[in-house]
Order: sequence, then structure tokens, then C-alpha cells
Amino acid sequence: MPESYFVQDAVPGATPAAAVSIVALTRTAQAVVEGAFAPLWIRGEVSDFKAHRNGHWYFCLRDDEAQLRCVVWSRDRRQIPAPPDDGMQVVAFGQLTVYAGRGEMQFGVTRMEAEGDGLWRKALELTRARLAADGLLDADRKRPIPRYPRRIAVITSRDGAALHDIHAVVQRRCPSVEIVLVPAAVQGDSAPESLCYAIDQVARWGAADVVIIGRGGGAREDLRAFNDERVARALAACPIPTISAVGHEIDVSICDLVADLRAPTPSAAAEAAVPVQAELRERMRIVATMLTELAGEHVMRARRLAEDTVHRIDDAAVRRIDRRRLTLEATAGKLHALSPLATLDRGYAIARDSTGRTIRSIESVRAGDAVDIVFRDGTASAEITGVARGEPSSAPELSSASHEQ
Amino acid sequence: MSFEKSMARLEEIAARLESEDLELDAALALFEEGITELRSASASLAQAEARLKQLREAADGVFRVDDLRA
Repeated sequence: MPESYFVQDAVPGATPAAAVSIVALTRTAQAVVEGAFAPLWIRGEVSDFKAHRNGHWYFCLRDDEAQLRCVVWSRDRRQIPAPPDDGMQVVAFGQLTVYAGRGEMQFGVTRMEAEGDGLWRKALELTRARLAADGLLDADRKRPIPRYPRRIAVITSRDGAALHDIHAVVQRRCPSVEIVLVPAAVQGDSAPESLCYAIDQVARWGAADVVIIGRGGGAREDLRAFNDERVARALAACPIPTISAVGHEIDVSICDLVADLRAPTPSAAAEAAVPVQAELRERMRIVATMLTELAGEHVMRARRLAEDTVHRIDDAAVRRIDRRRLTLEATAGKLHALSPLATLDRGYAIARDSTGRTIRSIESVRAGDAVDIVFRDGTASAEITGVARGEPSSAPELSSASHEQ
Repeated sequence: MSFEKSMARLEEIAARLESEDLELDAALALFEEGITELRSASASLAQAEARLKQLREAADGVFRVDDLRA
């Protein structure tokens, strides 16, 4: 008996004496359940969601007839875009187990997706709200894109289509612009960090006039890095104007919201960043014409001014000459009064000898000389019949008198 | 940003030339400067092949720009 009792006693739980401890049972159950179920996807509606302050998320997944307790450990949370809301239909991937502490069956979730991208949308909304709260989405933060960049930095994958597309557009529009690739991973777990690093490099380098960040088109999941809050904040802090080009025309990424300009594709970003060279040349031609015309106007103005000055000087000279002429005429009048002709006017006559010389002295004539007597209005021929020295009764010619002394 | 700088200076020059109370000497000096700027802007557009480079950062944080393709 004691032996058989011993044998029976060896089967745990077979008898009251062999009763199994709770911890032993739940641990055994845990091993059995985990052995029976490989990690798998399950579907259900979220209820009783709680984000515990220790970082773990607790909730139930249920359908009409059953429910299952679920947990997301804090270390697995980064795989999940956002905490689900109660009532959300989700599929969750994880491991069924038994939680000994509560003696409950529990599903440890490592990945989760909501119907209709519900979680992504929610994650975007949360990120967007945080960025908006910090003012990073304000319209007045948007800087103008330089009109004539000399060098553009392009943050993208070295092997992607984006770089090729941008190069083709720059070559066509304005080949004088230099493209500098700042390589970064644009998808995968390392992408956000890689993009942040590249943005930081562009900022520290400082030699680009504008930066394009983006990638060619991809599935929504592939664009995840461009919805990453760290990337968005790095982009917002970039001191150089930014253009996002996240190759997805329908969805707007968080980077699109933060960038100074959003372009639907890398090609469109390049078109926004780079002017058409022919237009630049036309603009230069217009400026050249304008400069020439403006300078010409200055020359014309200066010439007119010079001409005006000359005219003014001329006028002044003419006025001065006029004044002199008046003076001259007055003087001429005086001179006229003193001329012999004026004397004749007054009734005197002049005697001339045969050679036409004025006879100034009685010494110049003898009796018998032929002389001409000039009157105001004619000449008379005469012969000297006698000569008498001495003072005339009146002597208009003082010079004759002085000659005698 | 030489082209942008040149164009900005040219616009400034044009604006100053538009004001009439400018000495002829000053106007002509501005005009000459404008022509020089136009030449330099024109030279900055002379490149015919779009250059594709890659930014590289050395361990000491010094940046270098290398040709990406031949």
C-alpha cells in the first residue's frame, strides 16, 4: 500500500495528497498553450483599452461570443503606429499564452493593423496634433524657395528613381544648377534615423540653397519614414528652405506638412526648385535693356541741362551786347554833335585848298589861290582876293587859335 | 547663390537709376556696375551639363563634395 500510494502519489494532482500548486499548473498550461499555438493573426474588436503608466497597453479583443485579454508590452509598441481606440476592428499578430499572475489566457500582441488604415490615420493625426501644438505647421513658418538656386541638396536613396528624375529635370531646365545627393535610407526601420542624419548634415554643411527630401512612389507602408515625427522635427529645424517630394499624390505625409513647399513627386520638386534657364536669360535681357534705357535717360537729362545752361549764357551775353549797343548809340549821337558835318548844319562852312585839305590857317593861302568852300548842302569854288592876318570876330576852331601861338 | 545675388543687385541698380535726382557720374557708375553684374550672372549660367555630386562627411566633420558619376 505504501508503495502503490507512492506510485499514485507520483502523478501530480491524481490525489489530494498529490495536489499541484497553482503556479505549477499555470506554468504547465502556459507551456502547453504556447506549444500548441504558433504566433498568429487574430481578428476582433477592441474594448477596454488602457495604456498603463508602466508603458504597457492592455485591452480586450472580442467578437459576439468570446473575448480574449491582450497585452502590448512597451518594448513592442514601436511596431504599432498608434494605440487603438475602443470599438476599432483590428487584426493583431502575437502569441497566445497564459498569464500566471491572473490565471488568465492572454494574447501578447506584437503587431496590429486596423481596418481601413485606422491606426495609421490615427498615428498621423496624433503626430500632426503634436507638431501643430508646437507651431511647426503654421503657414507663416513657410519660407520662400529661392528663385535662382545655385546648388540643391537632395536627400534620398542613392539607387532610387527620385535622384534620376530630379537630375533629368535639372538637366532640361537649368543645367547650371548643381545637384548634391545626401544619401539616406528611405524605407525600413533605419530610415527615420537615416533621414534625420542626412537633414542634419545638410544643415551643418550649409552650402545648399534649397533641399529636396523624398523618394519615388511607393506603397503607403513604404512612406512611413516620412510620417515619422523625428524626421518632421528635423526638417522643421533645417535652416535651408525645404521641399518635400514623397511620391504619393493621394496621401499627404507629415514631412509634406512641415516642409516649406510640398511637391507631389521628385520631378515636380525639381521643377519647383529650378528655374528655366531660357527664362533667366530673357529676364537678364530685359534688365540689360532697362539699364541701358535708364542710363540713356540720365545722359539725355544731363545734355538738356547743359543746353539750357548754354542758352542762359547766350541770353545773358545778348542782353549785355544790347546794353552796349545802346551805350554806343548814345555815344555816337554825342560824336555826331561834335563832327564837322554837324558844324556845317549849324551854318558854318569849311574852306579847302586845291588838294582838298582843310585850310586851317591864313598862312596856308595867298591871294589868287583857288579854294572850295564846303557848305552843308554843296560846294562853291572861289578865289582868294585878299589875305589879312589877325583875330576873327569869332573863332569856332580853337585849334587854329592855339596853332598861332 | 551668385545668380540670385546678381539679379537682386541689378534690381537695386535699376531702382536707383529710376530716381531722377542722381548725378550723371553716379548714374554712369551704376550702369557700369550693372553691366558687370549681368556678365557675371550670364557666366553663372554657362554650365551645359547638370552636375551630380554626393556629399561626404569625414570623421572630423569636414564636408566634401564628390562627383557621383563620371
